[in-house]
Amino acid sequence: MAPVVDGLFAMGDDGLALLGSRCTACGTYYFPKLETFCRNPDCASEGFESVRLSRTGKLWSFTDACYTPPAPYVAADPFVPYAIAAVELEREQMIVLGQVVDGVGVKDLRAGMEMELVPGTLLDSGEAGEKATWKWRPVAGGAR
Amino acid sequence: MSGEIAILGVGMHPWGKWGRNFVEYGVAAAREALADAGVPWRDVGFVSGGATMRCGYPGYVAGATFAQALGWQGAEVNTSYAACASGSQALAAARAKILSGQADVALVVGADTTPKGFLAPAKGERPDDPDWLRFRIGITNPTYFALYARRRMEAYGDTPEDFARVKVKNAEHGFTNPRARYRKKFTMEDVAASAMVADPLRLMDVCATSDGGAALIVSSLDYAKRIGKGDAPRIAAISTVTPTFASAIIEMPDLATDSAVAVPAKSFRAALPAKAYEEAGIGPEDIDVAEVYDLSTALELDWIEDLRLCGRGEAAGLLRDGATRIGGRIPVNPSGGLACFGEAVPAQALAQVCELAWQLRGQSGDRQVEGAKVGITANQGLFGHGSSVIVKR
Ligand SMILES: [Zn+2]
Repeated sequence: MAPVVDGLFAMGDDGLALLGSRCTACGTYYFPKLETFCRNPDCASEGFESVRLSRTGKLWSFTDACYTPPAPYVAADPFVPYAIAAVELEREQMIVLGQVVDGVGVKDLRAGMEMELVPGTLLDSGEAGEKATWKWRPVAGGAR
Repeated sequence: MSGEIAILGVGMHPWGKWGRNFVEYGVAAAREALADAGVPWRDVGFVSGGATMRCGYPGYVAGATFAQALGWQGAEVNTSYAACASGSQALAAARAKILSGQADVALVVGADTTPKGFLAPAKGERPDDPDWLRFRIGITNPTYFALYARRRMEAYGDTPEDFARVKVKNAEHGFTNPRARYRKKFTMEDVAASAMVADPLRLMDVCATSDGGAALIVSSLDYAKRIGKGDAPRIAAISTVTPTFASAIIEMPDLATDSAVAVPAKSFRAALPAKAYEEAGIGPEDIDVAEVYDLSTALELDWIEDLRLCGRGEAAGLLRDGATRIGGRIPVNPSGGLACFGEAVPAQALAQVCELAWQLRGQSGDRQVEGAKVGITANQGLFGHGSSVIVKR
């Protein structure tokens, strides 16, 4: 299945991971990839390496989207609410957003929960009707 | 302090969805401010406009557009664009001109006409645009406000009822404000009955976009004394600092925060008033009244803590105790805030200063904060723009 946007995520031996970059001088991570100028004010580096970001993290916050977003979002008709998670990655020390897997909403979520990335789909207006994306899912039996 | 300027006059066109040209609102506000100041238009040496991006070329050159509409009289003009902080940037430009001795009196003005319905990104397939990308995966503006709100619930134990209390308080404050758009005493039940937008935020927790215009006449302290207004409220600080990397909070329209691997994470919202306090040489204990940017009800609670009016996680307690109501220890948003106005981007930061000027002059009628001598504003928009202004008398 075609990705919703090229170059944001990829499958590996350990599962799906987001594709970011890392400054080769100061170690700062970026998502989506940054490959021009490091944004750390104390670093003038223009050197970056591509990295697979951590596949798991701790839930920082979350919400249920309860009304239909405008285009370019392609919504089911009738609209099906979905959850959005903000997850803290420990190694990268950054928070990354994403949709949560179908069937999991605010009632099932608590800050501090262990979350992992899994493949998911988004509706699309193209011929295939769907595109691939990343989604967050609580780790089974994950501790708070 | 030598860095101060005087606020001689203030004016606002009422907020609403009037559907007229933005120039009308700006001119109405400017004329009201001029009359309030008792300053002839020809005495204004500098016109500083907040730009609007939604009203074509006249909006990009708003300073000149307003100057022409009021009648070209040879003043110098400036236009500032800084998203939600445009008005404060325009005010900062006027202050620089006055303090450097290049102008005695300046008009600062911002106005906007907003489209109907929700804001949406530009059309087409544009995966390199972070704004397009986040909408494509279903992350709207209320998503960000909801993430902040839910974080408060998880970290501090705030409840949806606390957020509704902010709306009820601000609705009471703005009820008799003639410039407010929504003048109705909404109840906890009204908020709870409104549609859920982004859990935990309901429709009545999130602010709308509005038409409106606000203007200030500001001058050197010498000029103010010469015209017998030496006791006018003064601008004691204007902070428009950028965030400091690594910015700790997920910001619209990003999919991720900065990584704090190399340098520690910092709060942008807290940095804005910190600079203002430093510039004015005062602290949060000196503040009598605050106007903060309540894009959502929960965000008002974040701002109260960023202004250091209480400790982290204590704002909901302050609210429940009635401390942030008019008559309480530290009234917040006596104007009614964005909850009662909606947001008119280039005018909104100036509207906050207008309210503080009225409060400090004791002219706020039913919403007067008794004995207010020092007030502070706080506001934040996209792409590292924000402001905090301190007014004192
Ligand atoms: Zn670097």
